[in-house]
Amino acid sequence: MITAVAAGQPVLELTGISKEFGAIRALHGMDMQIFPGEVVGLMGDNGAGKSTLVKIIAGNFAPSRGEIRFEGKTVHFHRPVDAREVGIEVVYQDLALADNLTAAANVFLGRELKRKFGPFYFLDHKAMAARALELFGELRSETRPHHLVKQMSGGQRQAVAIARTRLSNAKLVMMDEPTAAISVRQVEQVLSLIHRLKEQGVAVMLISHRMPDVFAVCDRVVVMRRGEKRADKPIRDTSPEEVTALITGAKEAA
Amino acid sequence: MTVPMESSISFANVGRTRWWQRSIFASQATYVTFALLLLLVVMHFASPFFFTEGNMQNVAKNFSFIAIATLGVTFVIITGGIDLSVGSMMCFSAMITSMVMSGLSTPDMPGASLFVHLAADGKTVVANVPGLIMLVSVLAGLGAALIVGLINGFCIAVLGLSPFVTTLGMLSIVRGLAYVVSNGRGSFPGGPDADYFYALTSGVLFGMPAPFIYLMILALVMAVVLHHTAFGRHVFALGGNEKAAELTGIPVVRVKIQVYVVCALAAGLQGIIISGWLGSAPANMATSYELNVIAAAVIGGANLAGGIGGPLGAIVGCVLLEVIRNGLVLAQVNSYWQQTLVGVIIILAVLVDRIRSRMI
Repeated sequence: MITAVAAGQPVLELTGISKEFGAIRALHGMDMQIFPGEVVGLMGDNGAGKSTLVKIIAGNFAPSRGEIRFEGKTVHFHRPVDAREVGIEVVYQDLALADNLTAAANVFLGRELKRKFGPFYFLDHKAMAARALELFGELRSETRPHHLVKQMSGGQRQAVAIARTRLSNAKLVMMDEPTAAISVRQVEQVLSLIHRLKEQGVAVMLISHRMPDVFAVCDRVVVMRRGEKRADKPIRDTSPEEVTALITGAKEAA
Repeated sequence: MTVPMESSISFANVGRTRWWQRSIFASQATYVTFALLLLLVVMHFASPFFFTEGNMQNVAKNFSFIAIATLGVTFVIITGGIDLSVGSMMCFSAMITSMVMSGLSTPDMPGASLFVHLAADGKTVVANVPGLIMLVSVLAGLGAALIVGLINGFCIAVLGLSPFVTTLGMLSIVRGLAYVVSNGRGSFPGGPDADYFYALTSGVLFGMPAPFIYLMILALVMAVVLHHTAFGRHVFALGGNEKAAELTGIPVVRVKIQVYVVCALAAGLQGIIISGWLGSAPANMATSYELNVIAAAVIGGANLAGGIGGPLGAIVGCVLLEVIRNGLVLAQVNSYWQQTLVGVIIILAVLVDRIRSRMI
């Protein structure tokens, strides 16, 4: 297992990231580091700037100011694909699934496995279904690859969305409220998946409102309020009470 | 990390999808096919002339006249878009094709000397290379369709205009252009290659109407493209959840432009075939055909909200419309009833689909 200290170089390093939408200052001077194999909880109330930060890291839009370094190199993302190419995967809150397609099709959406047949490329349905089943197995999710996502439960959908991130060798996985809409048993599954990502040296950023989940899996918690970072400390040095105070503003910074 | 397969997953809590929710039974095309078969049986008893070879050929030919365009529009509908300009596109492509063909076959026209020369008698026009004029003129017609398709796609995918409004505008623009280039008179495919042209558009190949054969080939290609290529998968994904398609890195703009181009090309080809059958390309040709085409696609199960549709449904929808038209005539029902009945069937088809999706 890789510890944060031993890893040395952060996988992701943000320096002075700011973002304005017209007159609205969504993010201001955000500094942050994430190390391989580290799980960082990103917390904050609605409008604190969490989503903006995630979208900037995921390449949905560029920061107004500041620098993003990924594995030591400065990167500029113009589209989500650019971020994915360097190894950043996002599980979106609404999961970004196409209901009318099967689970396997959704897992491989945008990076389908193909077989060459003469001058043409055709989808390799069998290989995709087999790999998807394998991924669902790793996630302990009872999800059949050929079932339509339309007919699936919240937990199964979550599994499909998470399975997607496992396709590539992602170095940083960001999860936007992965436990918000699923059952207790499925929350356990998602948290254990986060542990498995960590074991593999993948950095995970967990955006969540659920205090118990954050304290169960995270090594470090970052609290945001009004577009700024108010706290960044190891989970063992803080408490749910302190984090709540930081989120609401009862305590200014820590 | 990888957990052994056998221990990893048990489906104790997850049943299999029931048979009526799966494969062919989950598609409206299947239900409409049953309706069609029923209708065929009814027609058989209603008129002794229905199942004669001549009438069957007639039906096959007539539905092929809108079915190729329906295949194209089905692509667009699956992505959640709509193309109202197909009727005008048919006319415009046909007009360009027949005008180019006549133009290249007239020895005094500029450039025509490359293609034709006068025979020794000074009157008969002879093609330099037989078939070349036809090829060039058909390509010109399809080229016009390609340009219109690109403009549609550009406005919708890049500028973000609504598909309904864009193609409604294009319906008018293209129809207007057809009147402008022909001065409202229409044109005729003529010249030394006209015989080939008529043979390939309204002739009979292997005992079947030529358009029917083209339709079958195109439908087969479409089925393969939709279900076995990444492009087809992206077309469905776009209709299912456009935002997801974008987030997963599907080139949304490119796919959208491609479907509108495919649709315009299908309409153009359809128009060229119709002009071969009519023997001319009048400026009012295929007026309001876009409604028949979209109706056929919807009856066949294409969902205007996007994400669902296919070539089988498109064809079955066209056949159903044609059988009703043909059947009403044979059954000596006033043919003005046809339109009313088509409307009823559209609503019925959508209703059955709604009831079925509630059951799931």
